[in-house]
Amino acid sequence: MPPLAKATHATPASPASSAFPAFPYTEHDLARFRATQQLAYDCAEQVAAWIEPGVTERQATAELRRRLVAAGVQDFFHVPFAWFGDRTAFRHFHTPLQFFAGNRRLEEGMPYVLDCAPIVDGYTADIGYGGKVGENRVWDRLAADLKVYRELILTEVRARRPLNEVYAAVDAQIAAHGYDNRHQVYPGRVIGHQVTRTTVRGPAGVNVFGFGVRTLQTLGRELISERLHGRSPLWADGRSSRHAPTPGLWAVEPHIGFRGVGIKFEELLVVTEDDAYWLDDDLPHVRRWTTGSATAPATASTAAEPTDTLEATR
Amino acid sequence: MTPPVRRRTVHSGGLPLAVFEQGDPAAPTVLLVHGYPDTHAVWDDIAADLARDHHVVRYDVRGAGESGVPADRAGYRLEQLAEDLFAVADAVSPDRPVHLLAHDWGSIQSWEAVTAPGAEHRIASYTTVSGPSLDHMGHWLRHRLRRPTPRHLRQLLHQGAHSWYITAFHLPFLAPAVWRLGLARAWPRVLRDLEHVTPRADHPQRSLRRDAVRGIELYRANFRPTLGSPRERPTEVPVQLITLTRDRYVGTYLSEGLERWVPNLTRRTLHAGHWSALLEKGATVAGMVREFTARIDKGGAQPAEGEGRLVVVTGGGSGIGRATALAFAEDGARVVVCDLDLAAAERTAELASLIGPQAHAYRVDVSDGAAMDAFAQTVAAEHGVPDVMVNNAGIGHSGTFLQTTEKEWQRVLDVNLWGVIHGCRAFGTLMADSGQGGHIVNVSSAAAYLPSKALTAYATSKAAVFMLSDCLRAEFVGHGIGVSTICPGIVNTNITRTSTFSATTAVEQSAKQARAAKLYARRGFPPEKVATAILTAVRTGKPVVPVTPEAKAARLLSRLSPGLLRLAARLNVT
Ligand SMILES: NC(=O)c1ccc[n+]([C@@H]2O[C@H](COP(=O)([O-])OP(=O)(O)OC[C@H]3O[C@@H](n4cnc5c(N)ncnc54)[C@H](O)[C@@H]3O)[C@@H](O)[C@H]2O)c1
Repeated sequence: MPPLAKATHATPASPASSAFPAFPYTEHDLARFRATQQLAYDCAEQVAAWIEPGVTERQATAELRRRLVAAGVQDFFHVPFAWFGDRTAFRHFHTPLQFFAGNRRLEEGMPYVLDCAPIVDGYTADIGYGGKVGENRVWDRLAADLKVYRELILTEVRARRPLNEVYAAVDAQIAAHGYDNRHQVYPGRVIGHQVTRTTVRGPAGVNVFGFGVRTLQTLGRELISERLHGRSPLWADGRSSRHAPTPGLWAVEPHIGFRGVGIKFEELLVVTEDDAYWLDDDLPHVRRWTTGSATAPATASTAAEPTDTLEATR
Repeated sequence: MTPPVRRRTVHSGGLPLAVFEQGDPAAPTVLLVHGYPDTHAVWDDIAADLARDHHVVRYDVRGAGESGVPADRAGYRLEQLAEDLFAVADAVSPDRPVHLLAHDWGSIQSWEAVTAPGAEHRIASYTTVSGPSLDHMGHWLRHRLRRPTPRHLRQLLHQGAHSWYITAFHLPFLAPAVWRLGLARAWPRVLRDLEHVTPRADHPQRSLRRDAVRGIELYRANFRPTLGSPRERPTEVPVQLITLTRDRYVGTYLSEGLERWVPNLTRRTLHAGHWSALLEKGATVAGMVREFTARIDKGGAQPAEGEGRLVVVTGGGSGIGRATALAFAEDGARVVVCDLDLAAAERTAELASLIGPQAHAYRVDVSDGAAMDAFAQTVAAEHGVPDVMVNNAGIGHSGTFLQTTEKEWQRVLDVNLWGVIHGCRAFGTLMADSGQGGHIVNVSSAAAYLPSKALTAYATSKAAVFMLSDCLRAEFVGHGIGVSTICPGIVNTNITRTSTFSATTAVEQSAKQARAAKLYARRGFPPEKVATAILTAVRTGKPVVPVTPEAKAARLLSRLSPGLLRLAARLNVT
């Protein structure tokens, strides 16, 4: 879940002045970020195992928070979120307040999404976990296809394509799949945002509109400094993202939907000066694809070879 | 070669009944009950068709054909006729309940059997054509007489006007005399002229005069007593009601409220007359019975409206076509999509199968007439005759008249106009031949009535589709096939990325495509809303549907102030 702030329109600076910052993290830092992300996904999986029909979104977020705190989390980048049923696809969302967990009860066959952002010693994770209770064929299809987006984003960022163009490539893939782009419902339409080590000294645990005070302080500082360089710490499809990927850590969260079902993942992408990779491949959604239990993802729709005869295909 | 028909005799109520069997006795039994003034021969086509996978049993009802004749009027009472039916069923299928198909008087007497207490143990399903339960009809009359709203009165008058012969049949001497003095001889002509039944050697039966005169007793023995004091006759048996749109004798609204008596009711419509349904559209009726018995034998539940419909969408791999296919699938329809881009069409079919019944994809170029004919044949063979055909595939093109080359003209007309012509011809023929009616949706455009110097070829092709649909509608109404023209407006689809522009270089063209794509995206009207409009048009039969507000406004302007639009056409809009 991205911060609930609008991406400010940066004035594109001339390429010469927008010298990229050096990659700011050591191996040790990366290991700490990885550990926080593992911890977050671990708690999400625990809640997924605990969750059952009848549970409300609020109960789920409370459980998630309880487990995170028990695991040693001191502060949150944002409060935990949980969406059930067609709220996973953000259907009928009109105000940002609707993102907050509500009284929707989980029912058999419903999809759900958990989203949390714990901070441990200033190392932030921001994760999204999609699940379902019982049978849901649409969810199965979406969950399998999510793989295509993880690979696409990495390929595009590695090629150092401007972030708004990566966003457009993701959109084109969503259209080819026949899905809806649901990350565009997030404030600022963002598909991702930069994550840094929070070093400020605000009161921990206090939050404004769902975002920790420390988060907002850090974010404000980032917004200002990045803006000076014609870059944005928020990754969207507008002009402010018309720049090559900034070295650092990005929480990337493609969120796709079909009819009443939505799914996302959110995890940290490491962008160095000349390369990029996902911080960790040992995550629940990746394991789902590699254990082969999921359906094979539908590949990008490419034009079929012209065939002379009529073909029955199914 | 026709398989042999085995004849046997079953005794019931002291009379011999002539019973005719064909098909594999191990297959599900379907019992056919004929009406007045027919014999079992009226089922010849349908019996032959059903015998492919059913044990088909027909009999001559008492007083007709080769069966015995009751001594008096009491022998024609409904109770006795129902008893005959059960006797035949018990003789030919002692261990398994039978499926029932009945027409006209056969249907009236079958209702008597179907509504008998415990009938569900002997009758697996009942398909009824043109013959209500007299008890239900009695309640129907009472209800309308008690509440004479204008609508009810209209229905009463209409049915009364179409039931004159019933009254005539009650007059002494008259009806028998008419049959004897010439109606029997004239019957083939009556059927040909009023019912559009092609005369054939073995029909009507040679015993017609005798059968017709005796059968009058059916009316005299039953109408007054049953209609006068109707009984409460519900049934558990699943019933399929085939309503004939051109039936001269049974008004379609006679079945209004039938659900009160038949909780498990499936309604079908056939575009045929009282007799042409059996004698001209036998294959269609047999198909309906086959579908119904198969569903019942599988223990299938009653489908909702729209469920199980077969819908074909061209250009279903993207945009409006994909959204329409998915909306129909969600509504329970079996969807077949075609597209030039097979992978895209397959993707649509896959998504459709997730939210509805199994869907199918084919690679077809709509501008290729022979390929479209082959496509229609394949669809008919593998999935059946479509209920809805959506001619959606189309391409965008921009250019003034002098800029547009002959080749560009050809391409636009080939896809946008010829594609629709081929679709209407190939699938319209299937629909008309089947007699089940249907609906054709042609996706035109607001450009059809919104001239622009920059869209000459595109607008011309879409205006042609608009007029084609208007003409087609007038012709197809006679076949029970509706035609709707859809004029979307500016809809956010892939069309902008594939549209071509006359007199531009490749680079200019992609810049223009990008600009158009941006404009369409900013307009942000989703193809799903066009799909909803298409489903509504099919449901309501609306002839012309502009979808977006701008498409509606333009349509209004084109009628109020065409001169203004002619002026606006001069604007440069690319
Ligand atoms: N998008 C709009 O604003 C708009 C406005 C008015 C009318 N329309 C009409 O709606 C229809 C659908 O357009 P769309 O916007 O969904 O476009 P689209 O480009 O997204 O989809 C059209 C589909 O048709 C297929 N197709 C093209 N030529 C074909 C051929 N010869 N044979 C088979 N398939 C073919 C394409 O492969 C594509 O999948 C078209 O007839 C178009 O003219 C669209």
